[in-house]
Amino acid sequence: MFTPDTLAHSQATTAATAATAAALPPLLRFEQLSKVYATPRGPYPVLADINLEVNRGEFVCVIGHSGCGKSTLLNMVSGFATPSSGRVLLDGQPILRPGPDRMVVFQGYALLPWLTAYDNVHLAIDAVQPQLSEHQKREIAMEHLAMVGLTAAVDKRITQLSGGMKQRVAIARALAIRPQVLILDEPFGALDAITKEELQEELLSIWNTQKCTVLMITHDIDEALFLADRLVMMTNGPSAGIGEVLSIDFPRPRSREDIMEDPRYYELRNSALDFLYNRFAHDADEAC
Amino acid sequence: MTTSTNSTSSRGDRPPTGLALWWKQTRKTLLPPLCGIGGFLLFWQLSATLGLTKLAGPLSLFTEERTRELLFYPFFDRGGLDKGLFLHAMNSLSRVVLGYSLAAVVGIAAGIAVGLNKGLDRALDPLFQFLRMVAPLAWVPIALVLFQNNQPAAIFVIFVTSIWPILINTAEGVRQIPQDYRNVALVLQMSNRNFFTKILLPSALPYIFTGLRIAIGLAWLAIIAAEIVMPGTPGIGFFIWDAYQNSYVSDIILGVIWIGAIGLILDRLMVWLQNRIAAGQ
Repeated sequence: MFTPDTLAHSQATTAATAATAAALPPLLRFEQLSKVYATPRGPYPVLADINLEVNRGEFVCVIGHSGCGKSTLLNMVSGFATPSSGRVLLDGQPILRPGPDRMVVFQGYALLPWLTAYDNVHLAIDAVQPQLSEHQKREIAMEHLAMVGLTAAVDKRITQLSGGMKQRVAIARALAIRPQVLILDEPFGALDAITKEELQEELLSIWNTQKCTVLMITHDIDEALFLADRLVMMTNGPSAGIGEVLSIDFPRPRSREDIMEDPRYYELRNSALDFLYNRFAHDADEAC
Repeated sequence: MTTSTNSTSSRGDRPPTGLALWWKQTRKTLLPPLCGIGGFLLFWQLSATLGLTKLAGPLSLFTEERTRELLFYPFFDRGGLDKGLFLHAMNSLSRVVLGYSLAAVVGIAAGIAVGLNKGLDRALDPLFQFLRMVAPLAWVPIALVLFQNNQPAAIFVIFVTSIWPILINTAEGVRQIPQDYRNVALVLQMSNRNFFTKILLPSALPYIFTGLRIAIGLAWLAIIAAEIVMPGTPGIGFFIWDAYQNSYVSDIILGVIWIGAIGLILDRLMVWLQNRIAAGQ
């Protein structure tokens, strides 16, 4: 569980000695982060003054109305977008470009359709850890495809897979390269309700075993309450910011039934609903 | 009564075998084109026999003794230019293969460069769009001045006729690589070599094949233009030009049939290759 820290120890000796083992420094730190897009009608401030710390192994969901800059926020963690001011630090180092330590599960899966499920996962392992033997690469790929329940479909082409199976391959590919941060941009938005619940449970059980840090965009309050340790709720743009952060401290491992019976579930749900539909209701005229 | 209907229906359900099966399967696909071709030949022959046109009819392939010999003996070789049409065609084909291969290599490489580099694309695209409109025959004098030699000039004419669709389609294929795939390469920090072989080429392959298929047709179309500049060398283009100068009209018709048939085979070959290599995309 503390392996990432012991690995980082040699690189960041001062940081590690400053912090005690009990209170590790946050893995991710957003500092006064702002993003301004240049548009034909002049600069448009998407995000302003974002400050947030995410701890190692934490599962954080981000929720907000469309157009509020959730994707932009996560793109500055993955490195596909650069901040206009402020910065995002990973282990104390500012994020400058995309890298496999912050792997993304893309909204449209972004799998290579001419390859099989296995080859898609293998491709990622091969690109990130070329030094491994072919045998090791195969083992890692098969292990992660098994985690998402795709052992029987490893040799199927992506074009032959259903939406849920594609998303499983994308998750297996992302986890197979052992990222420090896993970034998911509305991963289950396009799936039917049953597949969605299955995948949420699989994601949670994998996260329980791997303990990577997860940042996930969602539109679904129930999904966030089931999965996340904290729910970051964003205000509307322009100059969107973090309105409120809900701590969701249901015991883990979680089961849907137990959570639904917990009275705190409805308190949390109501405050999230209140935030999204009363205090920061989406103004239809301003919709992007 | 009931039993008899049962037995007839079960006989009807039994799949036909042998010749009957073959006829059942090919009747719909074979009959209309046969009717079309037959009707066309009949119309042509009638208009020739009735003197409506000066062009000899298709039967002249058999009635003219010289042409009949060429038709039935495509493999003879009496040395020099006195060869069967198969040998003429093979000479032409080897020229086309050379010019076309050159066009494929240069076209794909240049297309990738242009597709990846927006500046290069803006600089060269108008030039490509202009040059691709120039007819093969118009390149002949330019090729002769450029090379001062028949053989390279002929190959250049084939090359310059067939390169544009390859280049333009390849460039489009590279431009069309989805941003998602590029993002995967970025986040995995793939090496340039890996990006090239694992993402760029497979992603652009259907476009490249479309270009290659259009180009093989054009390359073959250019053969006449290319061989007109090469008097005294065997080739199907030269054969037609030579027959025209001697007013052997039925020989011209036979030569044109050979050209059409080989062009058709080349096109089908590319389709087959495309289906094999780019399958599942």
